[in-house]
Amino acid sequence: MKKKAAVTIPSPHGRARLQPSRKALAPAARQLRFGSKWEYAPAPETVPVKIDPRHDLFIDGKFVAPRSKRYFDSINPATEEKLSEIAHAGAEDVDAAVQAARRAYDGVWSKMSGRDRGKYLFRIARIIQEKSRELAILETMDGGKPIKESRDFDLPMVAAHFFYHAGWADKLEFAFPGRSPRPLGVAGQIIPWNFPLLMAAWKIAPALACGNSVVLKPAETTSLTAMRLARIFQEAGLPAGVVNIVTGPGDTGAALVNHPGIDKIAFTGSTDVGKIIAKSCAGTNKRLTLELGGKAANIIMEDAPIDQAVEGIVSGIYFNQGHVCCAGSRLFVQEGVFKAVIHKLRDRIRTLRVGNPLDKNTDIGAINSRAQLEKINELVRSGKAEGADVEQSSCALPSKGYWFRPTFMTNITMSHRVAQEEIFGPVLAVMTFRTPEEAIERANNTPYGLSAGVWTDKGSKIFKMVSQLRAGVVWANCYNKFDPTSPFGGYKESGFGREAGLQGLAAYARVD
Amino acid sequence: MQSARLDVRKTHKLFIGGAFVRGESGRALAAVDAAGIHLDNFCHASRKDLRDAVAAARSAFGGWAKKSAYLKGQILYRAAEMLESRAAAMAAEIARAGVDPSEARREVDAAIDRLVYFAGWTDKFAQVFGAVNPVASSHFNFTVPEPTGVVVVLAPDEPSLVAPVALLAGVILTGNAAVILASETKPLPLLGFAEILATSDLPGGVVNILSGKRAELIPHIAAHKDINAVVDGSGDPSAQAELRQGTAVNLKRYARRQNPAEENPYSILDSIEFKTAWHPIGV
Amino acid sequence: MTLSVAKVSTPTIDQVMVEERAAAFTKRSIKAAAKLAGLKMAVAMMDLTTLEGKDTPGKVACLCRKALQPIEAKYEVPNCAAVCVYPSMVRCARRFLGERSPVRIASVATGFPSGQFPLRTRLEEVRRAAGDGADEIDMVIDRGAFLAGEHRKVFDEIVAVKQACGAAHLKVILETGELVTYDNVRAASDLAMQAGADFIKTSTGKIQPAATLPVTLVMLEAIRDYFFATGIRIGMKPAGGIRNAKQSLAYLVMVKETLGDDWLTPELFRFGASTLLNDVLMQIVKTTDGQYQSADYFSLS
Repeated sequence: MKKKAAVTIPSPHGRARLQPSRKALAPAARQLRFGSKWEYAPAPETVPVKIDPRHDLFIDGKFVAPRSKRYFDSINPATEEKLSEIAHAGAEDVDAAVQAARRAYDGVWSKMSGRDRGKYLFRIARIIQEKSRELAILETMDGGKPIKESRDFDLPMVAAHFFYHAGWADKLEFAFPGRSPRPLGVAGQIIPWNFPLLMAAWKIAPALACGNSVVLKPAETTSLTAMRLARIFQEAGLPAGVVNIVTGPGDTGAALVNHPGIDKIAFTGSTDVGKIIAKSCAGTNKRLTLELGGKAANIIMEDAPIDQAVEGIVSGIYFNQGHVCCAGSRLFVQEGVFKAVIHKLRDRIRTLRVGNPLDKNTDIGAINSRAQLEKINELVRSGKAEGADVEQSSCALPSKGYWFRPTFMTNITMSHRVAQEEIFGPVLAVMTFRTPEEAIERANNTPYGLSAGVWTDKGSKIFKMVSQLRAGVVWANCYNKFDPTSPFGGYKESGFGREAGLQGLAAYARVD
Repeated sequence: MQSARLDVRKTHKLFIGGAFVRGESGRALAAVDAAGIHLDNFCHASRKDLRDAVAAARSAFGGWAKKSAYLKGQILYRAAEMLESRAAAMAAEIARAGVDPSEARREVDAAIDRLVYFAGWTDKFAQVFGAVNPVASSHFNFTVPEPTGVVVVLAPDEPSLVAPVALLAGVILTGNAAVILASETKPLPLLGFAEILATSDLPGGVVNILSGKRAELIPHIAAHKDINAVVDGSGDPSAQAELRQGTAVNLKRYARRQNPAEENPYSILDSIEFKTAWHPIGV
Repeated sequence: MTLSVAKVSTPTIDQVMVEERAAAFTKRSIKAAAKLAGLKMAVAMMDLTTLEGKDTPGKVACLCRKALQPIEAKYEVPNCAAVCVYPSMVRCARRFLGERSPVRIASVATGFPSGQFPLRTRLEEVRRAAGDGADEIDMVIDRGAFLAGEHRKVFDEIVAVKQACGAAHLKVILETGELVTYDNVRAASDLAMQAGADFIKTSTGKIQPAATLPVTLVMLEAIRDYFFATGIRIGMKPAGGIRNAKQSLAYLVMVKETLGDDWLTPELFRFGASTLLNDVLMQIVKTTDGQYQSADYFSLS
């Protein structure tokens, strides 16, 4: 288009004040400033939650003191303050719980119609919904995760799990066509500390829906919401002994696994402990499902929606402080977009807020325990020692409590420890690749196989990679998506068996 | 001597688009009990009321179908909660038409249980009736059940509550919007159920309830081109014959339910369509 | 300025993820002093708008007065950034505000809102509005041409309008409600910035949907990438559909966490709004005085 001769426009009044139009900054000056302009004020969650100074075991529908007479402290990892004393169940206590579960199963639960079992589960789901706020606060105080997550992710998902499974209780013949499915009996369930209440829901809901009774052992550092759940079972009128909760450290779990009165063991936790449990169950008739560790590959292709992929990276590894078995802890970026992705990731972690988990604006909460913090530190140190470049945000941290800033490491290869071992913290190992085949090969090059992520605009590429990735859950153009209707579980050393969905029922039913 | 308290008499209205309306003709009919004693009046729907109900259903269908399965289940469960809280009144309504009181109570319990039962299907029927198909070519191929759209349901005379409740639940749980024609002789329990639905967070227009004369409305149902399916629980052979003619008009689906009150998830298949999609697998 | 390719090639946007990210900004809890500061910032960023067929000099005078002083001085609320009016109202706005006003005058132009008029008359409108004293011109792009894939035509028109603006700043309205997909919004944003926009703006406010959080996020991300590529800071204006104070704070959170502190200024971020102002003022008074307010106590603009 030909440039017209300049038209005389009368000088606009006061226009001298206007900024010059479109002034260009030199490349070195093209930085985004995430500073202190308009700081958010503290926004603490204020609903007071009463925590009993001491928690006993939940056996046969009642709270009973442990025969072992021992208790241990549960602390708030954000403040290092003691929250409560938790009963330490010994072998005798575990035995009492298993007996109670057996009595309840034989006498009441196995005889009850599916319809009625379902109605109990619906009641429980409703009460959980009504008590969500207080449960979320308790979960945050006990485990360290941000209130934003426990309120908006954990609790709604807990209620949804109970609702979904409530509906299966009287419909099991449709999940197993041609069969009259029956329960297994008494299920022993051991759960971890990263999603305490949600893991309890993942275990208890399907077990009860299928007609089993339960002895649950929560993780040592996070027992409080499980004990609150016990009160909800009482409120719902769940018959005594259908669910029993025995708190304690590893030896309590071992006693449960080894108890001869258990028909089925379900465990979520580390691969090492999972192998021990597998060994214990080897000579028995106990059915077993394991949901163990992971080192998931999150793969960004050149044609990915880049800004959204960066969000996916962030939710993949920094969500829940990286305490997620399916965390996207190995980032594979196609070389052509590596610079852009790292630049955006570097900027993005600067706006992640680390701090008081009870503050509604906190994105990244406390590391669950001193022990876990030390593990993360050790692995990151090893990464540095092995030559990795470590980048972290530079936010201030509270003086007390266990904290780790969001971190990513570049200049690593597949043989670095940080690219192989599960860190279980907000630490990302970043590597590059050239072709989809190379990405798949590297993604599969691990003993783990829980999950994976793929980011690309091309539909056929998504399905191709989904079909070739050896992982139980593949997220395409998303990450860390969960639903009670969607089966979850791993390949290889990430465990076996599935939880949630139609396929998740198989672990709790006898169909032969 | 004190005189007996004068009661306030109620005419039961139609339920269209979430609102209670008297019907455009302004006519009413009388419901009577087994002995012929007058119970209450109810509105006499005309073909224009049918037209309005179908339009309301069509308008509500899109939004209802898009709601998550979880939410639909929550709403149906809420209807169960509401019916449970009004169980005694509902049982009395059934009983006064001439049903034994304890049987009436059993019927209400069954209706509540149907709502709970079908609430639990919203997030499962896709898993049970859908599939991923192992086609021979390099394609990802899946089949999903989708709601067909606007479904007209015919209620039988008996049982007057649990049958229409079960029919409705089986239709709307997948996302369909429904227009149900109540029994001509025993409409009151279903019309009372409209009041339960109106307080159950169900979006207006998802269920529309008409009362009146079956024979007057059936020809218009059969001929209506914006009805996707008819689920016939009436047990009335003449109705059946005429409604089946409707298929010839616009291919509206016709299904007959012999045991409308039963807990039968295969009734879901009466009002869904299967969609199958293909996509290549390859880089 | 020339466009090197017939169609602008821009990144793909994932709808589900971008909507999730946008929704996450609404979860920020802004309290107390931060809330008050944010609300005052929102007022300072407002282009107080009247764009009705029935506008008169009297109405525009009312608007200008409200923009200059939205509320009693004791609440220490800044003036609005600008008033936004039709070209025929620019002169009386300038007459009312005078030469040295802290409130700028923005004029819509180019056949607002549809843009379906000959280029010649659209450019003439721009020159007249600028000549009558508009500091800023809010133009509309040719959506028909864009959706038909004629990106070069859209580009050339923006270049021509920018030239006709003279020293006035140019805001380019994409009318995102008509572009529909986020991919289109991104492509149109990139195109507008390359063609010379000072600001990119979501909507005319005359159709639904107008501004939304996810659409705004897509545009902010386009601005971010353009800044890294060229060093030029382009401004952003969501317009229409922002009705209450809470929503406006969510937009400010989004700007702060996407582009950072440098964009939290009326020079680079504006709200196109009319009823929003009184809701923000009500919140300011509530936060200061502690009582829930009534509309009766706040003057109409």
